[in-house]
Amino acid sequence: MINTPQQKRSLQSKLGRVRGLGSTREGVHHWWAQRMSAVALLPLSLWFVYSLINLAGSDYTAFQAWAGEFGNSVFLVLLVVTMFHHAQLGLQVVIEDYVHSEIWKMGMLLFVKYGAVLFAASAIFAVLKISLAG
Amino acid sequence: MPENRRPLSPHLQVYRPQITSILSITHRATGVTLAFAALLLAYWLASAAYGPDAFARAQDVMESWFGRLVLFGFTFSLFYHMCNGIRHLGWDMLWGFELPTLRITGMIVVVTSMALTVLSWLMAYGHVGKL
Repeated sequence: MINTPQQKRSLQSKLGRVRGLGSTREGVHHWWAQRMSAVALLPLSLWFVYSLINLAGSDYTAFQAWAGEFGNSVFLVLLVVTMFHHAQLGLQVVIEDYVHSEIWKMGMLLFVKYGAVLFAASAIFAVLKISLAG
Repeated sequence: MPENRRPLSPHLQVYRPQITSILSITHRATGVTLAFAALLLAYWLASAAYGPDAFARAQDVMESWFGRLVLFGFTFSLFYHMCNGIRHLGWDMLWGFELPTLRITGMIVVVTSMALTVLSWLMAYGHVGKL
């Protein structure tokens, strides 16, 4: 990195060049957030699959009663938040791995990250509406 | 980009497929699939917030043969990503890197995720009373 002719000519010190470019202890943040959300998703998704099995064949009233129950509403909101957070972290890595054009990469990252927030917000508001209306 | 002449790791196309690499790319593929499942979850919840008609329409879509096929795929993706995710957490704690262990845990992931998928659907059909 410091061997390009331009950098050899620079009078800036080696320390000055790397300052502000390094991870400053934030380098593992993405990795850590992915693991933390993964661990939380283990019980949340098992609970969700189990709930879906018991909801099979239910009509609107039965669904409303289930989703409106306090504990179920809380778990649904937690599931939505954690799932979309984990999904956008993972999709970010996939995009960064395969999309090499800078403008496309930036565009797709914006699309995925804003999309995750949009859909998560809609889903959370839906749960609140069902829960508070009941 | 002439300034970017760093060595590349072997591409997927020139690498002999092995259980390790196949399970790895499947983890990624199921992860992307599950992002679409998350969209369906958001749609399902939103339909219920809209009212009985919208919810009934969402239920009809998912109860169709195509809907059930997609949901079955989502179920497998979830269980695979979950089981292999546990395998990943093991690696994060420096456990299970030896080749024989990798193969065994890989096979456990495949068999367990398939079994959990089938079991869930049997339980759901049993719950509806169609079994």
